[in-house]
Amino acid sequence: MARMKFLCDSERCIECNGCVTACKNEHEVPWGINRRRVVTVNDGKPGERSISVACMHCSDAPCMAVCPVDCFYQTADGIVLHNKDMCIGCGYCFFACPFGAPQYPQGSNFGGRGKMDKCTFCAGGPEAHNSDSEFRKYGRNRIAEGKLPLCAEMCATKALLAGDGDKVSAIFRQRVMSRGFGARAPGWDAAYGSKG
Amino acid sequence: MLLKKNTGAVIDRRTFLRRSGLAVGGLGLAAGARVATVRPADAAVAQPAVGAEVKKTVCTHCSVGCTVEAEVVNGVWTRQAPAFDSPFNLGAHCAKGASVREHAHGDKRVKYPMKLEGGRWKRLSWEQAIEEVGDRLLKIRESSGADSVYWLGSAKFSNEQAYLLRKFAALWGTNNVDHQARICHSTTVAGVAQTWGYGAMTNSYNDIHNSKLMFFIGSNAAEAHPVAMMHVLKAKEENHAPLIVCDPRFTRTAAHATEYVRLRPGTDVPLIWGLLNVIFANGWEDKEYIRRRVWGMEQIKAETAKWTPEETERVTGVPAAQVRKVAEMLATHKPATVVWCMGGTQHTVGNNNTRAYCVLQLALGNIGVAGGGTNIFRGHDNVQGATDMGLDVTTLPAYYGLVEGAWKHWARVWDLDYDWLLSRFKDKTFMETKGIPVSRWFDAVLEDKANIAQPDAIRAMIYWGHAPNSQTRQGDLKKAMEKLDLMVVIDPYPTVSAVLPDRTDGIYLLPAATQYEVDGSRTASNRSLQWGEAIIKPLFESKADHEIMYRFARKFGFAEQLCKHITVDGMVPEPESILREINRGCWTIGYSGQSPERLKLHMKHQETFDRTTLRAVGGPCDGDYYGLPWPCWGTPEMKHPGTANLYDNSLPVKDGGLAFRNLFGVERNGDNLLAEGAYPLGSEIQDGYPQMTYGLLKKLGWDGDLTPEELAVIQKIGGAKADDVAWSVDLSGGLIRVAIKHGLAPFGNAKARAVAWNFPDPVPLHREPLYTPRRDLVEKYPTWPDKKDYRLPFLFKSIQDKDFSRDFPIILTSGRLVEYEGGGDETRSNPWLAELQPEMFCEINPYDANNAAIRDGQDVWVHGPEGGKVRVKALITERVGRGVAFMPFHFGGSFQGQSRRDRYPEGTAPFVSGERDLRL
Repeated sequence: MARMKFLCDSERCIECNGCVTACKNEHEVPWGINRRRVVTVNDGKPGERSISVACMHCSDAPCMAVCPVDCFYQTADGIVLHNKDMCIGCGYCFFACPFGAPQYPQGSNFGGRGKMDKCTFCAGGPEAHNSDSEFRKYGRNRIAEGKLPLCAEMCATKALLAGDGDKVSAIFRQRVMSRGFGARAPGWDAAYGSKG
Repeated sequence: MLLKKNTGAVIDRRTFLRRSGLAVGGLGLAAGARVATVRPADAAVAQPAVGAEVKKTVCTHCSVGCTVEAEVVNGVWTRQAPAFDSPFNLGAHCAKGASVREHAHGDKRVKYPMKLEGGRWKRLSWEQAIEEVGDRLLKIRESSGADSVYWLGSAKFSNEQAYLLRKFAALWGTNNVDHQARICHSTTVAGVAQTWGYGAMTNSYNDIHNSKLMFFIGSNAAEAHPVAMMHVLKAKEENHAPLIVCDPRFTRTAAHATEYVRLRPGTDVPLIWGLLNVIFANGWEDKEYIRRRVWGMEQIKAETAKWTPEETERVTGVPAAQVRKVAEMLATHKPATVVWCMGGTQHTVGNNNTRAYCVLQLALGNIGVAGGGTNIFRGHDNVQGATDMGLDVTTLPAYYGLVEGAWKHWARVWDLDYDWLLSRFKDKTFMETKGIPVSRWFDAVLEDKANIAQPDAIRAMIYWGHAPNSQTRQGDLKKAMEKLDLMVVIDPYPTVSAVLPDRTDGIYLLPAATQYEVDGSRTASNRSLQWGEAIIKPLFESKADHEIMYRFARKFGFAEQLCKHITVDGMVPEPESILREINRGCWTIGYSGQSPERLKLHMKHQETFDRTTLRAVGGPCDGDYYGLPWPCWGTPEMKHPGTANLYDNSLPVKDGGLAFRNLFGVERNGDNLLAEGAYPLGSEIQDGYPQMTYGLLKKLGWDGDLTPEELAVIQKIGGAKADDVAWSVDLSGGLIRVAIKHGLAPFGNAKARAVAWNFPDPVPLHREPLYTPRRDLVEKYPTWPDKKDYRLPFLFKSIQDKDFSRDFPIILTSGRLVEYEGGGDETRSNPWLAELQPEMFCEINPYDANNAAIRDGQDVWVHGPEGGKVRVKALITERVGRGVAFMPFHFGGSFQGQSRRDRYPEGTAPFVSGERDLRL
């Protein structure tokens, strides 16, 4: 059984936000909700790197562990999904998540959070595959159509990879090989300079 | 409500958000409504691609030419899929490309024709609009002459539309017809063509896979051409190719560079000459290549001798050690490619810059080889094609120019009487005089009439797919817009043109269809043509640009001439039929072999093309290069495969090989300008030769290879002077066919010119920018004297003579953001993009900010030396160096601190507004 994973290759990410709008487009995500975003470190300075971040569908997902109503579940492929009908919008998952993935509709009275929304790895939710109600609550279910997440499929530089973890790491390993061992691996530049 | 049903866009996103908790539920509503034309929204089912029709077109943003794959259900664009088969983008998109389906919503578009009357936008029918605008234009033509109407076309047109508008302007009787390329790469097109024959990108994005070094100067591909970076990063990783980025600003591209070179804005020539100084001093130039294929390098060597690394450092700010290091990298990594964009072209010395880049590559022997070339990334999806089609004040389609011979050639192609064409113009002089460039049209309104070299000022401005906020001198532009008799904006969006002038009357908005709503070909930066099919029908009441042209032509009484040999379906000229006419006329640049049938076949079988060479391996397009990159010589029946890399003589011409073009005579001051001992593989003449004429063919004894039909055409064109008929005006294509049969390049085999003697600076020289803060350099590197050109005065010295350095010590540069494009009217109206860049800003170095007591995030006024000002947010960052500030240019809808959003027709104001930048 495949184990689905995301990997963002920071040597390739150019912060073009293609992944972000692909997600908006595919799922009709409303203004203010960002299932995926691109984060840049050292902005404008040598060493600037960008990375596209969304729910990583962790193996031992902290959101699942802290949810008081137990609305999360993990598919056989390792995708972490949740049931919006059960979600009470408490925000615990947001505090637990290391990637800041959970999103909440903004703007209601008294700071109510509404139902949590996050990246589904384009795998919908606990409704009939690609039913109207699944689309309405969770967006499209590409996995059920035999397709991978659109953000990765449309990535401008193939920085964002999504799919079976073994295949994703095989692609990345090959890249690291052709770059030269250790090239740009974190810490290597500082230790050995650009001569390798 | 009818409109909403047609588009499938039901819910305004802001309203939607205000419904708070309903946001997620609302999402389903919006999606369900995509098929709401046939059933109530709440009962609609968001089905996946079952039964969807898949259509392919080309992204309308930059020039990479990404294929957009659209799924359409019942005429509604429901989904966008990654176009994995495209050899250009392999499924990839940037933020803009991944958001183009929003066009099918089109909430913010102009929905029907309107005019501004008494300060209010009033709805019109198309018939009324054409009648009223037409009558007013005809009146101006009668009282002030045809040249008082300015036809400003668009890089967003398809090739067919660009061609048709150029022809339309010719039939109206003016050369005042231009488009965006004027302010983008016109300095490239002129500078590069004058060096070796064609002014276009020599290789392709894909060919960068072969590069061993990539030298970017004034290009921020990561934001302006994101998908190009896929190819660049591949070369960086797999070839270990150094990526050198020269830019005053540490861009997103520079963040991936192996070597970042920060130069002072406006010092490109010194930097290049500094590199060549080191290259020549060490004998690293390719001497054999230069001997065989380049003229004038000795003169360059003499000039670069002055640019020691130390002098280069003094002028450019680049450390001498880095100059030496980069020069050595260039000498030791071949082939290397040079990439440039607006950072190089938008200067008073833009031509000098572009020619200097070319000379660098010639010295290194990097032109005409895979992995080398000058890869000039064009900006818009069809700016290459619109330039090729002559939406330009200096030429008819395909760079024939405006001379009598050019007009006679096109009169033959159009099957129109030359004297009738002449009668449309004021006189022969005006027919052959270049028009007023778009960058200066407003001066032709405001300037004293005595200084405008045409019968009257510009009185009507037709903004046909152009954003005014991409132009400089907004204050003057506004004044001119107010002084005009009439402004017509033909565009899917109202654009800044609709709201900038303080007018209460005399603006017409005519809704044009987007390229997603029409069929047609577009030319990517690498000269490949791609056929896009309409994904949906034109939304609302919008009409295809070519239909609007036809309707106006009918009003003006020349529809019959415009479409004499073009099929017209009702009011719509057929794009395929227009392309066939283009094929019949555009021999100079080989736009002759790309028939609509061949282009459609390529689009259908994209998967058969190699992703590096772009050549089809097997399948129905076997041997063709993808999109038949021009020149695709001869007739479509000749089946030339196109030319992937220009001037590559390692291939036969019939397989895409080429020599440098013979465009500047055969000798200069006794020097041979023809190539020496260099020739395309398989050439029967193993040396240089001039361009092909019937006379030359006879001398070579090959005239017998012409068919009787071809010979008859040549003789009819030439009459008594048949010997003078050149390959470029031979409507039979026979001269081209026979030349290629014998392995010859139809345009000759010459040397490239390192020195262009017909330019103000034959050897490109450094000249300090007009508003330079480096007064210490002005005496040694002064600008040119003032001059008159393009029917207007041009100021150089009189500006530079004034010292602005005390009050204006900071240099402002500008550029793109990845989320927006051009003036941004379209992209700022797309909620998926607008959300990502909600505000205009100005980047300021912490040193300058602290000296001026500016805090991050604060509103600041940015003033220019000519009195312009904008109010924007300060973004304090080391991304810009000391003494340099940066602003993006896509914003509009504010003027000098005041919002003009209330002037948009109801419901059409973009999500995001802001001040445009203040380039000078």
